[in-house]
Amino acid sequence: MTNQTLSGRAAIVGLGATEFSKNSGRTELRLAMEATLSALADAGIDPSEVEGFSSYTMDKVPEYEVARLLGCKNVKFFSQIPHGGGAACAPVMHAAMAVATGVAKVVVVYRAMNERSWYRFGTGTYGFGDTPIFENVNYGWYMPHGLHTPAAWVGMFAQRYMHTYGATSEDFGRVAVGVRDFAATNPAAFFYGKPITLADHQASRWIAEPLHLLDCCQESDGAVAMVITSAERARDLRQKPVIIKAGAQGISDGQQSMTSFYREDITGLPEMGVVAKELYAQSGLGPDDFQTAVIYDHFTPFVLPQLEEFGFAKRGEAKDFIRAGHHARGGKLPINPHGGQLGEAYIHGMNGVAEAVRQVRGTAANQVADVENVLVTAGTGVPTSGLILGTA
Amino acid sequence: MAEQDWMSEVRAMVGREYGRVYAWDEVNAPMIRQWCEMMGVDNPLYTDAAYAATTEHGAIVSPPAMLQAWCLEGLHPNNYPPGSTKENPYEVLRLLESHGFKSVVAVNSDLSFERYVKVGERLYYTTRLDAVGEEKTTALGTGYFVTLVMSFFSDKPTGDEKVGELLFRVFKFRPANVQAAAEAPKAEAVQKIKRPKPGVSDDTRFFWEGAAAGKLLIQRCKCCGTLRHPPGPVCTKCHSFDWDTVEATGAGSIHSFVVMHYPEVPPFDHPNPVGLIELDEGVRLVAGLVGVKRNEIMIGQRVQVEFQSFDDGELTLPLFRPVAP
Repeated sequence: MTNQTLSGRAAIVGLGATEFSKNSGRTELRLAMEATLSALADAGIDPSEVEGFSSYTMDKVPEYEVARLLGCKNVKFFSQIPHGGGAACAPVMHAAMAVATGVAKVVVVYRAMNERSWYRFGTGTYGFGDTPIFENVNYGWYMPHGLHTPAAWVGMFAQRYMHTYGATSEDFGRVAVGVRDFAATNPAAFFYGKPITLADHQASRWIAEPLHLLDCCQESDGAVAMVITSAERARDLRQKPVIIKAGAQGISDGQQSMTSFYREDITGLPEMGVVAKELYAQSGLGPDDFQTAVIYDHFTPFVLPQLEEFGFAKRGEAKDFIRAGHHARGGKLPINPHGGQLGEAYIHGMNGVAEAVRQVRGTAANQVADVENVLVTAGTGVPTSGLILGTA
Repeated sequence: MAEQDWMSEVRAMVGREYGRVYAWDEVNAPMIRQWCEMMGVDNPLYTDAAYAATTEHGAIVSPPAMLQAWCLEGLHPNNYPPGSTKENPYEVLRLLESHGFKSVVAVNSDLSFERYVKVGERLYYTTRLDAVGEEKTTALGTGYFVTLVMSFFSDKPTGDEKVGELLFRVFKFRPANVQAAAEAPKAEAVQKIKRPKPGVSDDTRFFWEGAAAGKLLIQRCKCCGTLRHPPGPVCTKCHSFDWDTVEATGAGSIHSFVVMHYPEVPPFDHPNPVGLIELDEGVRLVAGLVGVKRNEIMIGQRVQVEFQSFDDGELTLPLFRPVAP
């Protein structure tokens, strides 16, 4: 074996999820177990075979409890990825690395949360204190001024992006309209049967100018889990293998978590640029090789610079890509055909990875034709991650 | 019309979850029998063990409508079993009272059930403040519809199980025939919510002490002279740990900005404009904007620092005001 890269070594072979809702009515642990057992059943792999886990530091379900309930006796790898939705793709990358190196043969990744019914990220009230730990010191630059929600932090970048490149609130609205159109025909989506118009977007109330309500995803309850094993074994399992062609994480210059306001230029997402470069290098693929993409959309504005970082549009020209409808149903690169986090649910991006799996398998609600490669990105404005999934 | 400031405190409470209130007793046959007698319920499923044994339940169950009764405090007000929360799920009503909305009328009490509750189960409920409506005027007076949702659970070692839910809505109002002037709120009755305090470390203390003294200080590398904000223990350019500070002129321009509208979190006024200020010295910082009209804030606008003290001098913040170019 001379292949020393990650590309093509591991595959996603099982997928499980709960329903997505505003109130799951059950514990996060139960959600995690429902999704995990469903993913293992989907893969046809016995729970006792699981040797590794990866999730988010923000996930409140510990892997040892999942392992205990699964009856695992031989767990040799576990990791958690920080920075909220920036983790979304990284558990799959970590799982692939563990599988590729032989550290663990079967790894489960999961994200389970009652982020709507039990606690919410968007309330503007956090437990930040005034002890001198880094997080308190760092958020101390924002909280006393009332700049205290993710929407507001994104808004600061978005305002400058609009100013610099002539993008408008309507361009952000076109992103929302596109994904809500997909959600409207995805029975699993929060907003199934509920498309919106650009006029609806423009008329929706302000959350944090320049962001309207319909620029923001709803908060939700639910869980998603996946099973990763070697590409070799994947050939003999019951589902069509979804090959992990590349995985990367990214931190770049002047990096902060949601508040990288001090970079010379705040109109780009250089950490996503790091991810893009690495994903393309690992996979040997480029912007023209994707039939669809899952672009992290907790808030609409950051979809635009992501398109630029990955080379789907030149710097500052993502608005033209969006105005041409390339992102929408029938466009040259349909984005978030599950409805995105704006339309399907906010499961911290893990539901986007799940959609990429379905698109490669050919089983998505809004299936794009002849899918070979799907790009997936994770949370923006934070240290982030990305994946390229595809057919064998 | 904009809501009064104190309502933002009420709004901020919406969504709040309150802890468990336990039942004094396990679900038991004597209380079921007494409840059925009082309510005139004669279904033998609730009182006749021999009959209940022939049903799908196999034993006596509690009448669903009795759900709330299990967790009531009993004869003495606010006398809840040990382990129950000390929080008051009705605190929002007290807050409305303190602003003159002293009357109350219950308007909805909707029970829903997941399953029958069996003898021997121990119940508890948690409460969520679900909604506070817009100000409404009815024949009774002017006030707010307040909705609480109580979720009832069965306490089980294997994992608690939701058994039902109660939606309880009241109208908390100022009676139509009462003069508002007679209802002057007691300001001291409501604890004032303060601005969040920054975490302050050895790396950043100079900034906050400077602000308290009316100075906008920027960290400077003693080795290579690089200015930096936010401050850190080491120079990002030359990695020297030696630094001092320089006082900024306080002049700069708006590099970007947002206007905060929702959620309205006290004690902030909304809309709340916040700027990313590029100081003439070349570093940026985030700060509130004052003296601006919402629709006239522009990137590139020249601004000048001024210092404002909050919460009886506990916190001093640099804020920025537009000035002529």
